[in-house]
Amino acid sequence: MVRVVLSSSMAELTGGVREVELAVGNYRELTLTLCERWPQMAALIERSAVAIDGQIYQDAFAEALASGSEVFFMPRIEGG
Amino acid sequence: MAEAVDYKQIGTTPVRPDGFDKVTGRAQFGADVNLPNMIHGKVLRSPHAHARIKSVDVSAALAMPGVYAAISGADFPGGRLEGEAGGEGGGTMDDVAKNVMARNKVLYHGHAVAAVAASTVRLAEQALEAIKVEYEVLDPILDVVAAMDPAATLVNEENYTALPEKPESPSNIANVGRLERGNLDEGFMAADVVVEREFTCPMAHQGYIEPHACIASIDERGRGTVWCSTQGHFEHRAATSKMLGKNMADLKFVATEIGGGFGGKTVVYLEPLATLLSEKSGRPVKMTMSREEVFRATGPSSATVARVKVGLRKDGTITAAQSWIAFEAGAFAGAPYMPGAMSIYAPYEIENFLVETFDVLVNKPKVAAYRAPGAPQAMHAFECALDEAAQLLDMDPIDLRMVNAADEGTQSPYGPKFPPIGFKACLQAAKKHPNYTKPVPEGAGRGVAVGFWFNVGMQSSAEVNINENGSVMIIEGSPDIGGSRASMCLMAAETLGIDYDDVRAQVGDTESTGFCNVTGGSRTTFATGMAVTQACEAVIADCKRRAAMTWGLDEDQVEWEDGQAIPGPGVNADVKPLSLAELARKAGKTGGPITARASLNAQGAGAAFSVNFGDLRVDRETGKVDVLSYTAIQDAGKAIHPAYVEGQMQGGAAQGIGWALNEEYIFDDKGVLENAGFLDYRIPVASDLPMIDTEIVEVPNPSHPFGVRGVGETPIVAPLGVCANAVSRSLDMRITDLPMSPPRLLEAIEG
Repeated sequence: MVRVVLSSSMAELTGGVREVELAVGNYRELTLTLCERWPQMAALIERSAVAIDGQIYQDAFAEALASGSEVFFMPRIEGG
Repeated sequence: MAEAVDYKQIGTTPVRPDGFDKVTGRAQFGADVNLPNMIHGKVLRSPHAHARIKSVDVSAALAMPGVYAAISGADFPGGRLEGEAGGEGGGTMDDVAKNVMARNKVLYHGHAVAAVAASTVRLAEQALEAIKVEYEVLDPILDVVAAMDPAATLVNEENYTALPEKPESPSNIANVGRLERGNLDEGFMAADVVVEREFTCPMAHQGYIEPHACIASIDERGRGTVWCSTQGHFEHRAATSKMLGKNMADLKFVATEIGGGFGGKTVVYLEPLATLLSEKSGRPVKMTMSREEVFRATGPSSATVARVKVGLRKDGTITAAQSWIAFEAGAFAGAPYMPGAMSIYAPYEIENFLVETFDVLVNKPKVAAYRAPGAPQAMHAFECALDEAAQLLDMDPIDLRMVNAADEGTQSPYGPKFPPIGFKACLQAAKKHPNYTKPVPEGAGRGVAVGFWFNVGMQSSAEVNINENGSVMIIEGSPDIGGSRASMCLMAAETLGIDYDDVRAQVGDTESTGFCNVTGGSRTTFATGMAVTQACEAVIADCKRRAAMTWGLDEDQVEWEDGQAIPGPGVNADVKPLSLAELARKAGKTGGPITARASLNAQGAGAAFSVNFGDLRVDRETGKVDVLSYTAIQDAGKAIHPAYVEGQMQGGAAQGIGWALNEEYIFDDKGVLENAGFLDYRIPVASDLPMIDTEIVEVPNPSHPFGVRGVGETPIVAPLGVCANAVSRSLDMRITDLPMSPPRLLEAIEG
């Protein structure tokens, strides 16, 4: 199972649910599963960065996830 | 995983490739490009901070001899633009278009209302006076806290706070950020000491020396070229083409040499205007801003009001932290409210915390990214509160930070666990630095503060061409602001195993190389450097293939060492090594020119931490502050070119000290900026500052082939806290408002 921690803005869509555990093998499956459960999530996922096991991805797509992986959604950062 | 490696090129400090042209005046900056039949564009700017535009009439200007074109908001395509602009808090493309040229309302003093192009600059300025604009003047809202009141004057009647459920009423609050963990009440109950204060930071400009400038040459088909001073010509092309309803393939953007940006040149201002004026006039149109225009209508950073409460145990452990920060966005949404929330506690492991941040519209210029946007303001507040706590606990401020310091595996306040980071190494380096172990000079105060920035990767492209003599030409798409061409050449030379002097790099235009995001987010040496390295690795693979072909060996029997192909271990071949130059000379026989390219979306930019300290003394009669010494320590992962890393650290320190001590936008009650020039907006000059001492810490970033972390933004974060803490200690009173200019300090001293 992959531990997924949603951002605070995502939690407003999920009725306060901040963490879910999903049986997925890659990031694409993870996002599809989240959008299936909360259809409005797609736009927020598009605007989010994500950290997979501590590594920050501004644009993750199909990165492999192992059992025990931790995925954190977070706001995108661009900088100056 | 990058380990300590004995590099031959990386870590050396050659003079940057553009250095000679810059010191001899040959370098072409934005305003240096001239074309035959060129005319000049100027912008009419709003005299009001807030007004409805009832009408704009450019006919009298157009009728003047020598005036070739005049435009206003009505000349731009209608309809709402989709998408977002680049740069931190760039905002929506629709807002950026309305910032480039006002439509129904002007939202700050200096907002563009119309533009003309004429045969001379003087004639263009005269033509502006002939444009008739009717305004219905409205009250401006200028104070960020007042703007948050539901009853406040609205900057934009169509702005609703972005919440999952659309609020019933519009508001000046565009966005709200919130991060929390643990239980605040329990955390504060466990504290032996609690510090609670309100801090303010002023709006400050990036202060780049080169004003915005561009020249556009558009033909009868609407196609052409734009030369501009920019941090990202690909994103400027995208924004310009979108605003004008053009196919981006019809516009070529060329990045000229750039005289500073610091985030402020991730934004378009003039390019769409020059493009439209050129298209209408059939002439190349050059536009340059005056310094006054730069101050009134570009940049700046967000002003903030920050309320911070922190509780600590006697041993220095932070038990709870609570912060509330209002960021001024200016006239359009896009303040760095979220990076501020994410950075404020980033250096520390804190069990219980809450931070709430707000992106608030006011009738001031739309803010733009400025080095580590949001972090200096947020961390100034928290670092000052921690310093006061250290005094109350009678602890060394570095020791207090070490007690709470984040390390590899610490869960960051914004979510993920940190990979290897160099914060503790920076604290250790600071504690034993000779500038820290020496006594504080009499009458001075020593301030300590830390800095942090995430850094980003994003998209980059690079091409490596091997010339016929084996020398190397790199074409990359990242405008070079801080000497990145030197870093690209060093990484290419290291990878290929050749001398730095045999490598050249140039920034290609939008038709010469693949897409690159802006030079921002401290990403260029990290991400574009990775693309260059990958392209060089592809060159090596190709060279090994060609050598194998030459020797009649299999490809896997050839290795690459010190810039030449050699038979691998155990391969019985009586051949001489083939250098890159020899392979290049025979390239025609082995498959044609040797060239390779790489494009990527770089992930895993490692966060950069810093520790700064300085000794500052206040003249109690005048309020003037002298910076007696200043030391900046930062983790660079691996310094590709240490001198230019030091330059980033010193430049960021100088800008942060300026923000702390003197720089601020001063508006009158009508929203008119009263100090729109370098005489009245005082940035530090060389005689104001001591030598900024530096120490580079290197904790390699495992996501980069050489261990690189971005270094450009973190250096501006800590100085605000350093200066405030030093001045507060020297005066034995807490100074919470920046800048600590002489009149402000005198007021505090006199009670």
